[in-house]
Amino acid sequence: MTGYFHSVTLDFEKCKGCTNCIKRCPMEAIRVHDGKATIMQERCIDCGECIRACPNHAKVVVTDTLDILNEYKYRIALPAPSFFAQFKEMGNVECILHALLNIGFDDVFEVALAAEIVGFIIHQYLKDERVKKPLFSSACPAVLRLMQIKYPDLLEQVAPVLTPMEVAARVAKEEAVKKTGLSYEDIGAFFISPCPAKVTEMRNPMNTKHSAVNGVMGVNIIYKDVVKQVLMLKAKKQDDDVKLHRATSLGMAWGYVTGESKNVDVNTTLAVSGIHNVMSLLEEIERGELKDVDFIELQACTGGCVGGPLNIHNLFVGRVRLRELIKKCGLQPPYYTAEKLYDFYKTGHFEATEPIQPKTVMHLDDDMSQAILKMERLDQITNELPGLDCGACGSPSCRALAEDIIRGIAFETDCVIKLREKVKGLAEEILDLARIVPPVMADTSKKTEEK
Amino acid sequence: MIMLDESFRFTPHLILEFKIEEKDFFIAGESASRVKKTLQQLGMKQEIIKKAAIIIYEAAMNVAIHANYGMLKVYIDAEVISIITEDVGPGIPDIELAMKEGYSTASHEIREMGFGAGMGLPNIKNCSDELDIKSNVGEGTTLKARIYLK
Repeated sequence: MTGYFHSVTLDFEKCKGCTNCIKRCPMEAIRVHDGKATIMQERCIDCGECIRACPNHAKVVVTDTLDILNEYKYRIALPAPSFFAQFKEMGNVECILHALLNIGFDDVFEVALAAEIVGFIIHQYLKDERVKKPLFSSACPAVLRLMQIKYPDLLEQVAPVLTPMEVAARVAKEEAVKKTGLSYEDIGAFFISPCPAKVTEMRNPMNTKHSAVNGVMGVNIIYKDVVKQVLMLKAKKQDDDVKLHRATSLGMAWGYVTGESKNVDVNTTLAVSGIHNVMSLLEEIERGELKDVDFIELQACTGGCVGGPLNIHNLFVGRVRLRELIKKCGLQPPYYTAEKLYDFYKTGHFEATEPIQPKTVMHLDDDMSQAILKMERLDQITNELPGLDCGACGSPSCRALAEDIIRGIAFETDCVIKLREKVKGLAEEILDLARIVPPVMADTSKKTEEK
Repeated sequence: MIMLDESFRFTPHLILEFKIEEKDFFIAGESASRVKKTLQQLGMKQEIIKKAAIIIYEAAMNVAIHANYGMLKVYIDAEVISIITEDVGPGIPDIELAMKEGYSTASHEIREMGFGAGMGLPNIKNCSDELDIKSNVGEGTTLKARIYLK
């Protein structure tokens, strides 16, 4: 694998070259050229909007499969909170967790439980008066990648805490080392993901050097197997001796938007979901708004993680199921005591070790004067284009086409309206030429009258 | 009309213009975002972009809140960003007083909308390297802010 890895890729066969995806991409990162869509790697944030927009299901997410389990001696599944929203017979988290053991995992660790640790750490962190407000959640990798490119200014306000996925992998592996006596390297932790950006995050983590997660598999990949096992376990109706479910309602609620804010539990919080909503809010915050808000939870998917593109069920269906489930979890006492959580915070094990770096991918030229000249030309071309933003040229808008022309990857005649004008001009010229009759053939009766 | 500085004529430069109508509260945000995007594409430093966006937002908002109508013009070259608003309106009788934090003549209605906290001009001053405000009472105000890139 060379360069930067992305989980969202194109199924070349299925792509029909329509322009649905280019219009929906918040980063203007997709172009349709030669009848196929191409994703500009450096701009893609793995938000999954194109997956939702594509009517031909040509945008696919590359995740790991169950085969990867063979590479490790002891395998731990890390199901995301939203995973439990994908089952019809709700109310039995225990059963779903046991089903994961039946499909080939040796142990499970709920990411929801790790989320409770992260929530506690952020809560403590916000007690420090010096922390610049508002503080952003670091949980959604697509939002962080968006900030790297478009709102680099705000990166310093991202909570310097690892994601629940990362914390889950670390705690689960340490527990497993103690339990099994195996070495750390023999233990594999695998995130069950609703989210393409988490795959990218595992391979290129933003706020830590190396991810402790060994693989990320999409919910869609294991769903069928898990459902089969859930049904079987239900039929048996046996009471399992081993209790696997340890998370409480606080952690489970991270599966949908607002859950995180509730868990962090500070004075003023704000929760926003949907990548376009996130962008409009970040514009405001960049201008200095919302300094009185303590904590902001931003989620690229509408509804939060239950709206993740790899999930099986409709996000609203998923949300209501997760809510019902959470009501039931509420009865359970927290697994970690306040002292233990405070320990986690104090040791600093789950603090981010790397600053999240800004990325400059939008600029036109390295030299400022050249960039200004190009921008001037860009404005000029934009004004000459019809302004329909139809997308028929393969770029998402007229301005984006102008940009592509400047960058040398498109031509003015890619615009169908411009091309039509050119053809019209040419046709008129041909007609004019056709009307000219050589003098020897001149029809004297008509031509003399015209003169 | 705003006269171009001599230097603008010979170096590559960009001019962005926005019309501001009375109580058009959206144009301030829109123009700030547009200019921000442009500056990002030019490869400007983040702190410069941030300063410019704040000045543009606050200056345009001032016109929308206080004046009858006006123009926002942004000149950009490799050395300086100049942000200019020109408006036709009541003008500022005491500029020094207007520069004080918390001082505002915005109406009750405007304050209800969450604007007019008296931070506009102080904010602009903090973000600009050079600020020049000329105002004639009963006629209008011209604000010129500059950010030097080097």
